[in-house]
Amino acid sequence: MKDFWKRFRYNRGAVIGLVILALVILTAILAPVVFPQSPWKMVQRPFLPPFTQDGLPLGTDALGRDVLSGLAHGAYVSLLVGLVSTIVALAIGVPVGAMAGYFAGRTDDALMRFTEFFQTIPSFALAIVLLAIFQPSLTFVIIAIAIVSWPPVARLVRGEVLSLRTREFVEAATLSGLGNTQIILRHILPNALPPIIVLASLMVAQAILLESSLSFLGLGDPNIMSWGYMIGAARTVIRTAWWLSFLPGMAILLTVLALNLIGEGLNDALNPRLTRKSE
Amino acid sequence: MSLLEIRDLAVALPEGADRAFAAKDINFDLDRGEILCIVGESGSGKSMSANAVMGLLPQGVKPVKGTITFDGEPILGLPEKEMLKLRGGRISMIFQEPLSALNPLMRVGAQIAEVFEAHGALTPPERRARALKLLDEVGIPDPEAAIRAYPFQLSGGQRQRVMIAMALALEPDILIADEPTTALDVTTQAQILTLIEDLRQKRGMAVIFITHDFGVVADIADRVIVMQTGEIVESGAADEVLLRPSHPYTKALIDAIPRLTQRSEADAQTREPILTVEDLQKTFSTGSGSLFGKRRVVRAVQDVSFELYAGETIGIVGESGSGKSTVGRCLVRLLDPDGGRVMVEGADIAELTGSALRDNRRKLQMIFQDPFSSLNPRARVSRILTEGLIAYGTPRREALARARELLELVGLDASAMNRFPHEFSGGQRQRIGIARALALDPKIIIADEAVSALDVSIQAQVLDLLADLKTRLELSMLFITHDLRVAARICDRIIVMQKGRIVEAGPTGKVLHDPDTEYTRSLLDAIPGQEYERALETAGA
Repeated sequence: MKDFWKRFRYNRGAVIGLVILALVILTAILAPVVFPQSPWKMVQRPFLPPFTQDGLPLGTDALGRDVLSGLAHGAYVSLLVGLVSTIVALAIGVPVGAMAGYFAGRTDDALMRFTEFFQTIPSFALAIVLLAIFQPSLTFVIIAIAIVSWPPVARLVRGEVLSLRTREFVEAATLSGLGNTQIILRHILPNALPPIIVLASLMVAQAILLESSLSFLGLGDPNIMSWGYMIGAARTVIRTAWWLSFLPGMAILLTVLALNLIGEGLNDALNPRLTRKSE
Repeated sequence: MSLLEIRDLAVALPEGADRAFAAKDINFDLDRGEILCIVGESGSGKSMSANAVMGLLPQGVKPVKGTITFDGEPILGLPEKEMLKLRGGRISMIFQEPLSALNPLMRVGAQIAEVFEAHGALTPPERRARALKLLDEVGIPDPEAAIRAYPFQLSGGQRQRVMIAMALALEPDILIADEPTTALDVTTQAQILTLIEDLRQKRGMAVIFITHDFGVVADIADRVIVMQTGEIVESGAADEVLLRPSHPYTKALIDAIPRLTQRSEADAQTREPILTVEDLQKTFSTGSGSLFGKRRVVRAVQDVSFELYAGETIGIVGESGSGKSTVGRCLVRLLDPDGGRVMVEGADIAELTGSALRDNRRKLQMIFQDPFSSLNPRARVSRILTEGLIAYGTPRREALARARELLELVGLDASAMNRFPHEFSGGQRQRIGIARALALDPKIIIADEAVSALDVSIQAQVLDLLADLKTRLELSMLFITHDLRVAARICDRIIVMQKGRIVEAGPTGKVLHDPDTEYTRSLLDAIPGQEYERALETAGA
């Protein structure tokens, strides 16, 4: 664990990413405390530019709502969607990939054709279709994002499992009389963990982008203030009040960048042999 | 003046390594036309010393002291540009694993031509002609065909010949060979050794030959350097060092070499057979063979039958691809045999499925070759040793007590329980692997190349441990190996396999000293260092 930290810290970008992410998480947690009022509440005249009025440092939007409060509450939504949808996607992708890789043969064929079925449809289009069918609530947004983002997980896990299951320690476990479930859970998956963790960190970033895109198109939960919704709502006034699109856009950019940096740092820290050479 | 002079060379390891210097106080000379062997166990610094000459040290490893003089010029710390001219041109190198040293996507001819290209020598047609000549010189059967082949189309021995051809392309003064025959079969190894010897005589080239195998040293070396933990402990003329070693470490290494000489064999055949294998078959096929090309079928095991008696050790020997490991894997059902019977105490293991297979399989356990990949890197030793017992219903507390007993049995401290595999050395890891195999109280142990990855002194310890455990626990053992010396040391009977079939079987003494078949004889003749062994015996007598 100490080694892990040492190697993680070695990548300066990853540390910066971690700091940004920590700030975003802090914002999300403190949002209801600092801005107890609903972010939907109109507080001032519309189109108030930033830094013109005390108490409203980032001004107001087209309906006179506090932009800073919207950003803070949006952080909570973005992180929630990113995290939960990634967990759901892992919960689908890891078992599918592990079974395909471990049992090989027909099971592998069946599961991989099923996976490809999802991969052939562009993920964003599929997410739009799913949300058009379901009602647009936060739960369904998360489910839709999870459904379009699990196939890469299944592919990755399958590849890892395929190479791990021929290793001698897995054969030894078979000879020790362990069942398939035990072998997969106790011997194979722990060894496949590093690449899954790295992929998961990038998936959180992707999920945040997807949620923003969906909200931008008006397919998000209409009762929840999210960064994507803020950009979407400000789209029509981008020439007169550009900051209304720019500020939430920056928030998305920084958060996604932070997660990508962390993913890269994790990759370096978890695969030390790969990095040492490139130094 | 010598061709190569190394004085007081010290190569520092990065901070936090297990010792400060990869090699230190290295002094030696190399003359034209001389073969110098550097011997030592893994981690002795033998490769590092040679890599320092080539200027090919890994990241973080730096020469900190001393001089290397080549042909009168100091070359240590020479700028990279100057080193490029030397490398391949005047000093060249061949490696252990020819498959990974060759570019898999480049034809052999192009790879040889590239050596000339890198040094700006010759015109393209001349390069091709030279490549052909070189391939012919290193003894590749059909150079015209080989020049257009990809590395994967050649055998291991041929690939090593190609590597040698590349190394010889610019007629270097020194050839550094780093364990060039370790990955090869014994017959191929003998051919490559002859080739290196020939080339040395024809070209007057000096050779630095790095190896851990004293048999090879005895066959090829003029002078020998013995290294231990980064220091030269002994050096001198080959005969002197090998027959009259003065340093205790050299003596210990030489004593550890398994001998081919006859040992007493247990007369086990009067007892009941514990394992009967009848007509075992296993065929591998690649590709479906329907639409795209022909189906490739490899008959890995054909009509293999033998009996293993209680308390007996049978050695299955053969070259790579002979099907010996496949037999072992079929017996424990890591592979499903296509035909035949495997009878253990009245049950046919080859037929069983589900829980019947699981119950019977615990009578057969396996020890694996690679002590690094055979233990789960993320599991503590306690879990590795107990989970089999727990899976078969032993309570956790009892299983832990049993695991402690097992560790003691294989000569490890009980404190090993809470550690992870990477905290142990190769030999200790193999002991853990043995303890795991013994955990389920098996009747039969199948050891698949169980000592091949170990250094010779560790190998001897593990073999002694296996022999001791076998008598104490009344085990029967199937010992799969490519090394006839190891087989001679531990086996009562030997089965020789070739291309999936048993070609010869009999008591160890008979097979090793008076074989019936030509194939066994060729295997025996190829073992390096036989004259040396005879010399040792006369000296010892």
